Amino acid sequence: MSLLELDGVSASYGHADVLHGVSFVLPDNGATGLLGANGAGKTTTLRAISGMVRTTGRIVFDGRDITGLGPDRTAALGIAHVPEGRGTLGQLSVRENLLVGAYRRRDRKQIAVDVDYCLDLFPNLRERVGSNAAALSGGEQQMLAVARAFMAKPRVMLLDEASLGLAPSTARRVYDAVVRLRREAQVAMVVVEQNANLAFSVVDDATVLETGRVALQGSSAELLGMDAVRRAYLGG
Amino acid sequence: MSYFVQVVVDGLSNGAIYAALALAIVLVHRATGLVNFAQGGMAVAATFVAFALTRAGVPVLLALLAAVVFGFVLGALLERGVMRHFERGDPDTAVVATIALLVLLTGASAFFFGYEPQPFPSLFPNRTFEVLGVFVSFRSIGTILVLIAVMVGLQLLFRSTKLGLAMRAVADNPESSALSALPVSRLLMIGWGLAAGLGAVAGVLVAPQLFISPGMLDFVLVYALAAAILGGLDSPVGAVVAAAFIGVAENLAGAYLDVVGDDLKIAVPFVAVMVILVVRPQGLFGRKTTVRV
Repeated sequence: MSLLELDGVSASYGHADVLHGVSFVLPDNGATGLLGANGAGKTTTLRAISGMVRTTGRIVFDGRDITGLGPDRTAALGIAHVPEGRGTLGQLSVRENLLVGAYRRRDRKQIAVDVDYCLDLFPNLRERVGSNAAALSGGEQQMLAVARAFMAKPRVMLLDEASLGLAPSTARRVYDAVVRLRREAQVAMVVVEQNANLAFSVVDDATVLETGRVALQGSSAELLGMDAVRRAYLGG
Repeated sequence: MSYFVQVVVDGLSNGAIYAALALAIVLVHRATGLVNFAQGGMAVAATFVAFALTRAGVPVLLALLAAVVFGFVLGALLERGVMRHFERGDPDTAVVATIALLVLLTGASAFFFGYEPQPFPSLFPNRTFEVLGVFVSFRSIGTILVLIAVMVGLQLLFRSTKLGLAMRAVADNPESSALSALPVSRLLMIGWGLAAGLGAVAGVLVAPQLFISPGMLDFVLVYALAAAILGGLDSPVGAVVAAAFIGVAENLAGAYLDVVGDDLKIAVPFVAVMVILVVRPQGLFGRKTTVRV
């Protein structure tokens, strides 16, 4: 059964159309990647799913048409968007950021358990738990953004360029945690990533976008077997 | 000696008035990230509601409660109807919009009630008592106690409640907060509503001393803004301490510096505020804003 389905989704900012009929299916507990050059529409696709951009076509989440719902509504339904540029709450402490992530939940005890789980997942954050998020390094902020999204207990996480601006080893640690979240917490993933090596460490399949349209779709193995994909995204 | 203490006590009593409005400014800033110049105008409008009710024979305490409810609704409506259009844009534009609201609300109050200052009944007995040669009014003591209760309440709201945490999150970054399913627009409305309700308390507390008129809080607003900024803009305790400091400094300057006298005494606390802010730009109790890129 599919958890998330995009059917002919188009989106625009003002008068500029950015997506032209993008379709893909994310199965329950699946993980799918969105690949493509800068400006191909990867980020806009995520923004369309979480309702941050004007959208036509059909987006179905868990059997329900969510096209046009705003970000707070889609988040309440179980879609956790980790935006490009992280978007942590700078003047709130690490712990407070995590609690904001759990805003809709009522299970107090389990929230405390999950905060602890996040701090195990990212030991760096445990040392900084009382610091303002703005004082964290870029890598730590990205970890906090992922952890905060997890705190909502989402069905699906939308991960946008989580490696951007990070040292390779830090990016690797963020993705190791994402792999763990997928496995241990059964969170489905839509992963936008420039670094295809990182993306393919998480996803089962991927959609390649070109100027707002689907250019290719296939399983990780199929895509990795294509010379064109390897040349474009894996540096040969 | 007792003259000195008397001057200080009177200063604290003035400071309590500034603190009342300063707390409302801090509350809105905490909840929306804006400095709201209309805070005084909203407080005066709500105080006039209490005024009309007391004239009709309603007890002051009930009139106060009605004014708080009116203030809450007025604040929430102004946020929804007016400020919403400015919140996503340039903060400077939003601040100018609050100044426009201040002018509008002052005009509306004058339209219904006229500009003439009118007496307003006090919540507290209109008497003074003497301790060690110093005269203290029940009104000052009452005002200060109410303020301390409000300050503690706000501190608890922001530090220990889920609503307070959510309000701070929205003030910090509304777009990012929405991604955690926070009802951003409702939280902004509640923030404005609470601040305006608090402003109504401030108005009813000070109206007996100042006499009620549409411009009643104009100069108080200036002091309150200074206190809020000196206190760090985000700290209820800071706002109250700073307001007390301003009230006392102003009174001491008027009493002891002959060159200053009554006309210029208001300048003294402002000079002090500027000097302090040069040394400590984040204010006395403000947390330093750190941004790392």
